[in-house]
Amino acid sequence: MLKIDNLHVKLESEDKQILKGLSLEVPAGQVHAIMGPNGSGKSTLSYVLSGRDGYEVTEGSATLNGESLLDMEPEERAAAGLFLAFQYPVEIPGVGNMTFLRTAVNAQRKARGQEELSSGDFLKLVRAKAADLHISPDMLKRPVNVGFSGGEKKRNEILQMAMLEPRMCIMDETDSGLDVDAMRLVSDGVNALRSPDRSFLVITHYQRLLNHIQPDVVHIMANGRILKTGGPELALQVEEEGYGDLLAEAG
Amino acid sequence: MNATTDLDVREGVDRETVEAVQNMGSYKYGWDTEIEMDYAPKGLNEDIVRLISAKNNEPEWMTEWRLEAYRRWLTMTEPKWAMLNYPVIDYQDQYYYARPKSMAVKPKSLDEVDPKLLATYEKLGIPLKEQLILAGVETTEDGRADGRRVAVDAVFDSVSVGTTFKDELAKAGVIFCSISEAIREHPELVKKYLGSVVPQSDNYFATLNSAVFSDGSFVYIPKGVRCPMELSTYFRINAENTGQFERTLIIADKGSHVSYLEGCTAPKRDTHQLHAAVVEIVVLEDAEVKYSTVQNWYPGDEEGRGGIYNFVTKRADCREARAKVMWTQVETGSAITWKYPSCILRGDESQGEFYSIAIANNMQQADTGTKMIHLGRNTRSRIVSKGISAGRAQNTYRGLVTMHPRATNSRNYTQCDSLLIGDQCGAHTVPYIEVKNTSSRVEHEATTSKVDDDQLFYCRSRGMDEEEAVALVVNGFCREVLQALPMEFAMEAQALVAISLEGSVG
Ligand SMILES: Nc1ncnc2c1ncn2[C@@H]1O[C@H](COP(=O)(O)OP(=O)(O)OP(=O)(O)O)[C@@H](O)[C@H]1O
Ligand SMILES: [Mg+2]
Repeated sequence: MLKIDNLHVKLESEDKQILKGLSLEVPAGQVHAIMGPNGSGKSTLSYVLSGRDGYEVTEGSATLNGESLLDMEPEERAAAGLFLAFQYPVEIPGVGNMTFLRTAVNAQRKARGQEELSSGDFLKLVRAKAADLHISPDMLKRPVNVGFSGGEKKRNEILQMAMLEPRMCIMDETDSGLDVDAMRLVSDGVNALRSPDRSFLVITHYQRLLNHIQPDVVHIMANGRILKTGGPELALQVEEEGYGDLLAEAG
Repeated sequence: MNATTDLDVREGVDRETVEAVQNMGSYKYGWDTEIEMDYAPKGLNEDIVRLISAKNNEPEWMTEWRLEAYRRWLTMTEPKWAMLNYPVIDYQDQYYYARPKSMAVKPKSLDEVDPKLLATYEKLGIPLKEQLILAGVETTEDGRADGRRVAVDAVFDSVSVGTTFKDELAKAGVIFCSISEAIREHPELVKKYLGSVVPQSDNYFATLNSAVFSDGSFVYIPKGVRCPMELSTYFRINAENTGQFERTLIIADKGSHVSYLEGCTAPKRDTHQLHAAVVEIVVLEDAEVKYSTVQNWYPGDEEGRGGIYNFVTKRADCREARAKVMWTQVETGSAITWKYPSCILRGDESQGEFYSIAIANNMQQADTGTKMIHLGRNTRSRIVSKGISAGRAQNTYRGLVTMHPRATNSRNYTQCDSLLIGDQCGAHTVPYIEVKNTSSRVEHEATTSKVDDDQLFYCRSRGMDEEEAVALVVNGFCREVLQALPMEFAMEAQALVAISLEGSVG
């Protein structure tokens, strides 16, 4: 599904290398977790994959189902099936959440040559999915993320993900700021989306989320590359011991 | 309407926007109609003024009124205080009257109107048949619930082509006709009110208009009548090198209520064209007038070639107690816009509102805003202005709020937001505030921001292309004003916002 090979990324504005030869492969149907200390480049990786401005890829590649992601516009990547649940979801004043969702869904359908959803079908779908995530009709009408609590913003990201049905879902610290119940709702939402032709890359600091969303593989990232890759037990180890030993081990 | 359908409709509105961006070229109304025209000779002098008056079969008093204005105009100079830059206008190098030959004998009904003219309005999407307007709103079973009827006065260059729903309006006592017809048929009303809000000598362009106005709309809503449908005038400039000078007079008698819409378009031409209109609104005791404009005159091309010079004087006089007026404007067109729809709050407890979206892209220049003149006690006014600048455009908000000594306990609230797209455009805010009593309060808030890259990236990461993303964000920025528009207009306006900004990113 997603294949990242020897990715080197620096900031466009200054001479600062953030990703330093990162390689990673997420096969179809799998859930991979990335853990790593603050500032190791996890969000940068997710932004570079989704096409945000401000970064320069100096070396390496990233492909989604064999197609090079790095040459595509952000909206083309989305249409190709990539989705990023933002660590810090963006507020868009004056634009209704529902309008935003619908515009996004139909833009992607159009890009894929599908019919747009009728307003009736769309409403039915969004109401059902919102109810699953305990997102109130009021939140659907309010402007995108404006005045949403931290946890509401994260749930809203998952609602977008559920509506857009991407094939490769990247979740950047979606668990941060969620209360215990919300964590369960979000996890249930993600688990419901798990399927043989959909993959997840879950960035998190806490083992807690991984209790709900069982990863197939856990990667430890530090200083712009993958330090170690293992099974779910790696997350448990981090939770108990921190990164000290892992970092020392790698030198 | 319940909450669900409301949501549906709003959804529909935004879908339209997005489709508009995807499907349309830049200026959609830039085509022209090939039609034989009668022109007055080029240039301006007393004979031309007399000729315009004669073409309209006007009574002597009207001719004199025009000539008085013309003589006054000769003594005046063009105002230069606006933040607008344009070459000197040669007032002798244009036509002041252009009429389709087929309109020489005024058709008795729309059935007799030249099919070419009817086709023009059809192509513009303006219904001249007496039918429901269902702009984008999904039709319900009986076809009525969501559809609203709108009566139209269609003005083509210098003449009114026809007015719909006249009979039905007449039954309610509402007079809706062209101003030239009103001068002939309702002289007592015209004499009493014409020039009573915008005097002949008000300003250079209004005075010019008083001398040479050719047509426009006239509305009278009698006491206590709620106008049974929305009224609208659609102005189309077609002829080349011809100025359009329309005059609109609306009188809302005591306790009456009307919502009036105005739309305007013009063909793409390489030369600039002059448009100097006057709109006067008289609002009497407890009456309410809502005046909405979508101004979409041809804005000129990317390099600033062609486009309309739009100098407009619009003013409402809340003459008696508790009169209420609301101006809503969406200004997307014209190379130059000079326009300040104003409210004179003379009656105690009268209210004025001004909601505006002004978009300037490419080489467009807009200097627009409002005046709220508080004369009566306990008067209220509210100004919400959203200015968007893109390309190399300059966009100025100019607003005046005055509280006169007698206007005790009055309030004004002004919010003035500017949004910049790109770094070659400009936004300026010029508020003038005068408070001459101690019990009144004026609040002014202003913000200037740039279209936010994070917002655009967020939208694009969800699959929208850059233009859709900009349209969505900008529509969000304008939401408060869009919501003040009647539904049909709101859809058109949203689409227009998107189209006007085409090419402003990327
Ligand atoms: N636009 C930028 N300007 C300057 N420094 C940046 C920029 N973007 C990222 N960085 C730096 O790059 C490094 C990686 O940042 P990134 O946000 O990817 O880390 P992270 O692994 O997601 O951290 P966290 O766990 O705290 O979310 C940090 O040191 C950060 O300060
Ligand atoms: Mg991060």
